[in-house]
Amino acid sequence: MNNIVILPIIIPAIAGLILVIFRKSVGFQRLVSILAILVMGFVSVILMGQIRREGIQTLQAGGWAPPFGISIVADMFSALLLLSTGTVALFCLLFAFQSVGKEREAYYFYPLFLFLITGVNGSFLTGDLFNLFVCFEVMLISSYVLISLGGTKLQLRESIKYILINVVSSSLFLLAIAYLYAMIGTLNLAHLSIRVAEAGQDSLMTTVALLFLIVFGMKAALFLFFWLPGSYSAPPTAIAAIFAALLTKVGIYAIFRMFTLVFYHEPQITHLLIGILGAITMILGAIGAVAYWDIKKILTYNVIVGVGFIIAGLASFTSTGMMGSIYYLIHDIFIKALIFLLGGTIIHLTGTSKLNEISGLIRNHPYLGWIFFIAALSLAGIPPLSGFLGKVFITRGTFETGYYWLGAIGLITSLMVLYSIMKVFMNVFWGETYLSKEMEKGKAKGPIMFPLGFLTAITISLGLGAEGIHEYVRLATEGLLNPNLYIEAVMGGNQIR
Amino acid sequence: MKPNDVILHSVTKAAVVIILTFSIYLFFGGHHNPGGGFIGGLSTASGLVLLYLAFDIETVRTNIPIDFKKVAGFGVLLAIMTGFGSIFFDVPFLSQTFGHFDLPIFGETELATAVLFDVGVALAVIGTAITIILSISEDG
Repeated sequence: MNNIVILPIIIPAIAGLILVIFRKSVGFQRLVSILAILVMGFVSVILMGQIRREGIQTLQAGGWAPPFGISIVADMFSALLLLSTGTVALFCLLFAFQSVGKEREAYYFYPLFLFLITGVNGSFLTGDLFNLFVCFEVMLISSYVLISLGGTKLQLRESIKYILINVVSSSLFLLAIAYLYAMIGTLNLAHLSIRVAEAGQDSLMTTVALLFLIVFGMKAALFLFFWLPGSYSAPPTAIAAIFAALLTKVGIYAIFRMFTLVFYHEPQITHLLIGILGAITMILGAIGAVAYWDIKKILTYNVIVGVGFIIAGLASFTSTGMMGSIYYLIHDIFIKALIFLLGGTIIHLTGTSKLNEISGLIRNHPYLGWIFFIAALSLAGIPPLSGFLGKVFITRGTFETGYYWLGAIGLITSLMVLYSIMKVFMNVFWGETYLSKEMEKGKAKGPIMFPLGFLTAITISLGLGAEGIHEYVRLATEGLLNPNLYIEAVMGGNQIR
Repeated sequence: MKPNDVILHSVTKAAVVIILTFSIYLFFGGHHNPGGGFIGGLSTASGLVLLYLAFDIETVRTNIPIDFKKVAGFGVLLAIMTGFGSIFFDVPFLSQTFGHFDLPIFGETELATAVLFDVGVALAVIGTAITIILSISEDG
């Protein structure tokens, strides 16, 4: 019994509901939402300490014994993601204060933001397949409203596509759960793992595993990413940034959980396929990032490349590769939020997202320019910054398994990512200055720069201080590669099998 | 010319009482019979929608001056808080308890905290359903 595990889920939920009831005062809304995110982040730090000392933390909701009730499980992998979520949400929220506008703020922006965080945290913490589905829906329904909130033409068109795609993938998710339940007869992830191991992963089970791969692939923009570039360029900057930072990561987390805890018996089929999908995703994403001359498009295709890269670490299925994936996942959450906020700020300043209409911003905005430069280098994985270590480990992992092609594709696409983001930097910041300060469409002063500065500081310190979080990442990898630790923590001494 | 819908009004007045009574019956039957918070809330909402259909929105709003968005929010909050309360008693989240009480009119009754959760669900359903109906029926 350990109620702290549930707090990251219900704190944002309760705060959001209070804000639904007291809608009128925007100041109150800002205060409560910031407090909720701060408390949530604080709780996840405590949780990380506890997991480090005592192993995986579990809570059986309602006090029912493991396979019968819902287990809430926090292992180091979830806790790291929780802390990253809290931090990135805090900075997106600070950015939203300046940029999202009174109109949206008065119409439930903050409650929806908090519900989104509730869904994300719930997905990271749940130990039950159906509860994972519910948390996915909590997250998705909030994201539907956030993507269409404001009701501009572009937002409405893209939200229709986004909702359609997600309704289809959610019903496939439900179908996959139904198949699995019909074969195995349980929904608790730990219990599923035991029963799949007992029954053996035959070809039918592998088929269901692949159905799960399709579902989570759709959510995580792994190969089935056709919906992503449009949807992520529609909403306002702060919302697009939190989407880019978190939503695909939840899909990736689900793939990791399912294919390390439940379906890990046939890696030569499932994990090879995951590797192939990851390779295709990287290639297509990188082609998209190189091809476009539009800031929003380039950034959204970079999200897709990142997904492919993280998945490559899982495909290797070695401790080095997994460790790389976790490093890269954490880095990716921060860097995608930072790069989207930067892109949004540039568009806010110049009033256009087309690269050939912008030039020479460095003269009037030196800080913005150099922050963008650091972010670009970090995105590509240049050594002292945070993207480097993950890339090294993932590449080593793929080489260890013998997937040389996968590692090579990863390295080549890194080059293409660097090219695409440097193209943005050189076009936007260098060259002749078109716009004088007075002609600019918006301002980028003080408050809007704080979140950008802090996120840059985080990406630098994650790179320099990688040794500091190594212990936590190692524990997370250990948890992923030994499903028995998870099973023991959830089922305990329970004899029911 | 104003249409004369006296029959509709009279039937509605009688029917709404019956529907609301039935929905309360469904709600309290949930623990031992088919029923519960969701269906109870939905049938309450259907009774209110009948009122909106028979009379116009303004009339009903002056007689039932409730912001249904807040009802929905309060309902979910209540449901979470019944779970949250268990934290203070040092038992796992969402634990429930019950006891037998000697109430003035009902005699000995079994009261369970699960009912509070169900009240929350019912309020959320009522609030959501009426909010949807009202916002698609209004202009702007």
